Amino acid sequence: MDFSLSPRAAEFRTEVMAFLDSHLTGEVIDTMHRTGTFNDKHFNAALADAGLLAGAVPGYGDRDPIELYVLFNELEKAGAPYDGLAVTMLVAGVINAVGTDFHREQVLDRLLTGRFNCCLGYSEPDHGSDVAAITTRAVQDGDEWVINGQKMWTTMAHEADWVILLTRTEPDVPKHKGLTMFLVPMDTPGIEVQAVPTMASERTNATFYDEVRIGDEWRLGDVNGGWSVMGVALAFERGVMGGTNPAVPLLRHVRGWATDAPSPDGGRMIDDPLLRERIARTAIANQVSQLLTLRAAWIAATGGLPGLEGSMAKLYATDRYQQAVGWFQQMAGADGLLGFGTDGAAAGGWIDYDARHSPVTTIYGGTTEINRNNVAERHLGLPRAR
Amino acid sequence: MDLDLTADQEALRGVFADFFASEAGPDRARAAEPSGVDSHAWERLLETGAPGMGLPESLGGGGASLADLAVVAEELGATIAPLPLIEHAVSARLLASIGACPDPVVEGTEIATLALHPAQAGTSRLVPAGAVARHVVALDGGRLVLASGDAPGTALGNHGCLPLAHRQLDGAAVLLEGPEAHAAHARALDEWRTLTATALVGIARTALDLGVAYAKERQQFGQPIGAFQAVQHLLADLPGLVDGARLLAAKAAWAGDTDPSGTDGIVNLNDNDITDFATLAGMSLVVAGEAATTATDRSLHVHGGYGFAEEYDIQLFYRRARAWSLVLDDPARECRRIADLLLGAA
Repeated sequence: MDFSLSPRAAEFRTEVMAFLDSHLTGEVIDTMHRTGTFNDKHFNAALADAGLLAGAVPGYGDRDPIELYVLFNELEKAGAPYDGLAVTMLVAGVINAVGTDFHREQVLDRLLTGRFNCCLGYSEPDHGSDVAAITTRAVQDGDEWVINGQKMWTTMAHEADWVILLTRTEPDVPKHKGLTMFLVPMDTPGIEVQAVPTMASERTNATFYDEVRIGDEWRLGDVNGGWSVMGVALAFERGVMGGTNPAVPLLRHVRGWATDAPSPDGGRMIDDPLLRERIARTAIANQVSQLLTLRAAWIAATGGLPGLEGSMAKLYATDRYQQAVGWFQQMAGADGLLGFGTDGAAAGGWIDYDARHSPVTTIYGGTTEINRNNVAERHLGLPRAR
Repeated sequence: MDLDLTADQEALRGVFADFFASEAGPDRARAAEPSGVDSHAWERLLETGAPGMGLPESLGGGGASLADLAVVAEELGATIAPLPLIEHAVSARLLASIGACPDPVVEGTEIATLALHPAQAGTSRLVPAGAVARHVVALDGGRLVLASGDAPGTALGNHGCLPLAHRQLDGAAVLLEGPEAHAAHARALDEWRTLTATALVGIARTALDLGVAYAKERQQFGQPIGAFQAVQHLLADLPGLVDGARLLAAKAAWAGDTDPSGTDGIVNLNDNDITDFATLAGMSLVVAGEAATTATDRSLHVHGGYGFAEEYDIQLFYRRARAWSLVLDDPARECRRIADLLLGAA
């Protein structure tokens, strides 16, 4: 085995780090936490203009999945706004895999300029983990489709140019067989976006679709073939594109805080034996999380489909992130309760932020329980349990 | 970047998986309790060249890398083979690195081992393989010494039936003194951490396999217990933990092979960029100890009352998971030592 990046990937990493040095300003990070929108169009456009975006689209660009991992790992470690970019790459990858020339011209080419965005319209108020049971209807009317329904957790819908929308087109067949995916321009009449504030700083949305009419050219994949399009999207989503190293910036912030913070016994927190043990345990978990993510990328780079390995990386990384957040919030004491911009906040408010943010990481992008089901059934070969 | 074993390593794995399964598997480990060593299996092991595998070819060894040895160590752990191969390999490599490896140690006709902790009052306590090793390499008052003499032959009774013994260092030959002595011992100890971590990954792997197999076979309420989600989810966290521990131990072995002087590694906590062998070796033992402890704990639980019974193999793995991971130190203290490497001393 060889754990060093190839010269090409190492050079790409250097380019990404240099980009972050010059473009990831304190203002960009402040803005993302103030607005709750983890997507910055100027930042994205600069990334695209620097030539760092298009090449990393799965299956499209000339960069391999290791380099896609490098891009998102550096963005995540640096605390950059990358949620919008992750959706961009995911949708670009799906369009590249199953889209038409029309989709490429209208959507893919524009997404890759960094100046346009997509959002994901899968979940509904009554259908989350059981996403194949969604009820948003699309009915064919000549060359058009008429869509009615509601989606939940459509994060970034308020800034998106398109939504990738999972709909029910055939209600009288088994649930997985009656789904169709569409790309829907967000300026189509009949779409309404409603903000859903969360307990962390990030904003998400509910979106409503009332007699939304689009042409058949916006259909992505076959009629009633939506589930296989979902499969393509999920294979891109889990593992490689961020979300598996959130404790790296956490640990950096904790270390910065502990270096200056006095401990109750008169020393500095950084010399506290229990804190040091927990810093080491978190650093170890960060290495393991990185390696599990890298393995998923490696499998993709060598022609495999790393769906299960992505599930394993997410299971491990999010569990350890939550454990670390719990430790550090307790050890920061009352100062750890103070938020961004508050006088005396431990780590400038980052500990409060991570404690607010971390619960969602075992929920979104496939809950811990769904991932455990996947591993139990498809990796361990245990019987289907539901 | 290459996260696959080489073709040679795959072949090596196959050879030793077969060897341990037929010559030194769980039945032999059970039969070898409480001494922890099957001397007949060790005799057979000599025929494979394994004892000298990690030594330079110029000395009659196999020229294997630490990464190659790790492949063997995982299979040894997976079968809990009652063979002191890891201790022998790392102490022989240390001796060879300073031109002091006796020929019988290269051949394996005489067993060598490493005292993990500095000696106290001329005695190395709880030396792994100390019950069977003729040669003990130890740190004693800042000097690296080699004590050679008859092994006691009997082990201190212990949780994992390891061949542990206290060894007197009377009349030991001084090999190195001062910083060189500490550096040589530290390197050997980090190789021991890396290979023991890999063996613990093997334990965790087999424990998971045993638990899954039992969950598929055992019927309650008219169906296999593995059909119940509560049981499934106990097991479903384990593959990621086991694979993660394997990857980290492999990374440690890679770092040990690519940076033999231990001077070129990176330790950048803020960027999660770590290629330093000593840091990775320590980390890998902590993670693998946790993986083996957790996997055996859950697998034993899935076995229900039978997991507690001597008749079932899982209890053999359960006890060794703890013994192998704790014989060096409390993992919390290991973590504080790792923190010193990451942050500088407190």
